[in-house]
Amino acid sequence: MPANTTMTPWDRVTVARHPQRPRALDFVGDLCDDFIELHGDRQLSDDRALIGGVATFRGRSIMVLGNQKGRNTRENLERNFGMARPQGYRKALRLMRHAEKFRLPLINFIDIPGADPGPTSEEHGQAMAIADNIHALADLEVPTIAIVIGEGGSGGALALGVADRVLMLENSVYTVASPEASASILWKDATQAPAAAAAMRITAPELLDFELIDAIIAESPPAHEDTAKAIAATGDAIEQHLSELEDVLAGEYGLQTLLDLRYQKYRKIGRWQETSKP
Amino acid sequence: MREIFRRQPKFRPTSGGDDGRLQVPDDLWVKCPKCQELSYTKEHLRALRVCHRCGYHYRIPAIDRIAMLADEDSFTEWDNELRTADPLGFRVGDESYQDKAVSTASKAGIPEAVVSGLLAIGGRPLAVVVTDFAFMGASMGSVYGEKLTRACERAVEREIPLLTVSCSGGARMQEGLFSLLQMAKTTTALTRLGHARLPHFSLLTDPCYGGVTASYATVADVVMAEPGARIGFAGPRVIEQVTRQKLPEGFQTAEFLLEHGLIDTVVPRGDLLTTLAILIDFYQNARNPRPARETAPAELAHSTANGTSDAG
Repeated sequence: MPANTTMTPWDRVTVARHPQRPRALDFVGDLCDDFIELHGDRQLSDDRALIGGVATFRGRSIMVLGNQKGRNTRENLERNFGMARPQGYRKALRLMRHAEKFRLPLINFIDIPGADPGPTSEEHGQAMAIADNIHALADLEVPTIAIVIGEGGSGGALALGVADRVLMLENSVYTVASPEASASILWKDATQAPAAAAAMRITAPELLDFELIDAIIAESPPAHEDTAKAIAATGDAIEQHLSELEDVLAGEYGLQTLLDLRYQKYRKIGRWQETSKP
Repeated sequence: MREIFRRQPKFRPTSGGDDGRLQVPDDLWVKCPKCQELSYTKEHLRALRVCHRCGYHYRIPAIDRIAMLADEDSFTEWDNELRTADPLGFRVGDESYQDKAVSTASKAGIPEAVVSGLLAIGGRPLAVVVTDFAFMGASMGSVYGEKLTRACERAVEREIPLLTVSCSGGARMQEGLFSLLQMAKTTTALTRLGHARLPHFSLLTDPCYGGVTASYATVADVVMAEPGARIGFAGPRVIEQVTRQKLPEGFQTAEFLLEHGLIDTVVPRGDLLTTLAILIDFYQNARNPRPARETAPAELAHSTANGTSDAG
């Protein structure tokens, strides 16, 4: 278990949002050879907030998808602050099917503050686009790994986040709603975000304890202080989990086993009580 | 002739929530929240709680929805023993989530936001999952997800279709990531229904937002909505806050979604039973490899005479 236990949940939110934190394309650039970015949803436009393409990762042919944030105002405007729009989700869906066709394992880098709140995204069916991606990922016939590298924000994260393995960088956060939104909804006070960050259990160690994620990728020091090290550790984690999934796939009834394991992984999520039956 | 067309929907209201909108009125008259028209309560109930003047579809408790759909005495509830747990140990101020769930349950008269079970429509068996806005805005938490998943699995076992009727404010925030991942769980469960070529019919009702709209409710084979229902991902208040623009009249209504190609059809409450009966029959027939031929003897003889085989 990684060390940084002195950090509060809100500290981790701050680190997860650090402008110098490595972005999806930094991971792809460092870890992959011959990345060819594939653009566009073939319907409306190319969403620059969600990137995808084929690449070679340590000798394997893979498909990568990722939420892409910028580092400065100009880049962030181009990337819509990492908030994908419906056309981004639909590009991702197109590339998932492409991955399935060519039997490419899918590696998704998640770093999204939340879904795009604009009226145009509503008109273009943001909810349906996210739902379609979750539905496709539920039984996509290739091994899938999702890694939360910064912010795993709400439904937008889940559109890339339903996978055989879900990993989190140590200082990333994964939320049902941002701490600010949670604070304004539940505390009726947006300034309570640090309290919400603690109460909502959004950090990697807490989510691992709940068995909602599969592993934590250590950051020592935080990723923005030693980017190369964090990315290399991420590469090792991907390789390890991908090898395990490839072993499943290589077994008898491999694909069916892979899909059954994925079904069971999500089937068991939830906590409830049972009263005695009447 | 389908029995369903002759049958007047029988609807006996039960007790509702206590927020006024959902409650079946004790008085003789009800006042439409949209056009202020007064209706005689008996007429109002006979009209399935739709305003006779403006067509406003009142929000109704889950159990009333089920009463409007089910053949008499055909409903068997499933998993009514599931209760909210408190996975995060969540509290705001003095109130824990557990306390809130218990007090909400007693006020709303239902133990959770979802009622599920088996019913029949004109003799056609159907698995149903209906949400109830009176319980914490029908937000999706672990119990909701588990009930829906079990209903889905039972539909597969019994080889019957699934109907979901959803209104929801979105995720049950008090369950944190457990609630977000119910989107994944429920949608994953639906893949088994799909592989069995059993249809999922989804009816979106007012209001339907967030994680429910962005998961199981819109990946259905037929997505329907009630007239005027407000449906979306982000709520209008959030959008207005972020964009500082006033949203146009009719934004995010069922009719708006239909126009933008996001749902299959808008079904008035009075047509729902008939629509469902037709859909159930249609997809049941589609599951048969070839249709049963009703008036074929002459034709069959002709085919045989020509040496072609038309049997299947």
